[in-house]
Amino acid sequence: MKEIPEYEKDLASIRAMMERSVKFASLSGLSGVLAGIYALLGAGTAYYLIYFPNSPFGFRFNYLNERETLLQLIVVAGVVLIASLLTGYALSLKKAKKLGVSIWNTPSKQLLIDLFTPLIAGGLLLLILLWRGYFAILASACLLFYGLALASASRNTYKEVWYLGLFEIALGLMAALLPGYGLLFWALGFGVLHIVYGILMHYRYDQ
Amino acid sequence: MKNPFDNLDKSLEHRVRLQIMSVLVTNEAYDFNSLKELIGVTDGNLASHMKALEKEKYISITKSFADRKPNTKYKATERGRTSFRKHLEALEDILKQQKK
Repeated sequence: MKEIPEYEKDLASIRAMMERSVKFASLSGLSGVLAGIYALLGAGTAYYLIYFPNSPFGFRFNYLNERETLLQLIVVAGVVLIASLLTGYALSLKKAKKLGVSIWNTPSKQLLIDLFTPLIAGGLLLLILLWRGYFAILASACLLFYGLALASASRNTYKEVWYLGLFEIALGLMAALLPGYGLLFWALGFGVLHIVYGILMHYRYDQ
Repeated sequence: MKNPFDNLDKSLEHRVRLQIMSVLVTNEAYDFNSLKELIGVTDGNLASHMKALEKEKYISITKSFADRKPNTKYKATERGRTSFRKHLEALEDILKQQKK
């Protein structure tokens, strides 16, 4: 038979294991900030391609149904996406090393499954919308599916990711209400929100 | 008055086993290396405790191959979940009695 404090330690270790075993803690706040900056640079480029020298509220010089503009925008979006994913991966690797854990474990695998299920469905829908020429709801669908992906992935990581997901969903719905301002909502959702989230996470968990 | 110490599960007395069961009841399944890293024990130590839990039929093992590397997944059985819950209740009872 053990001593009473030993039983207390048993209970404490059960609690700690239950919490730590489901949580992927290697997400870095800095990668959120950088992803936000890439998105703002991307949105700036998109603005230049479509509206310049008018404001994004004014009339446009180029329209999405011009093949060349559309292709340029797809390239910009692709570069932003790939740069964000690579940055996120590299910084998570670094943080995992600092925490002394591996990046490829049971919670991280579950996180990727939860994240990519809505993300791939949304990505395919976006391609279909592009192909069919439904440009007005592109930004909205982008934000909505990304928000749903974050909300579902948050089960295995920090709860702040869930709130980020909710904000993305709200912006996605607003973008659907105001077609034509997609770029603005896109810049808010993928740029500003990521930067705010990243700074918050950095001060809460990366110090 | 029944003694809560009698309700403790002898095969869950060791803390490493308790930690293994905590992980397996909260997660659908867990692999050996993630478990080792999380609990912070050596290969041999974890393996011997896993064997003991397997013998009690508290956990089940599925072996598969991923990229030609063996991938062993552990799950808590229904029997394991029940025993773990009873052990947990006994622990709580002991501490509750202590406070009176």
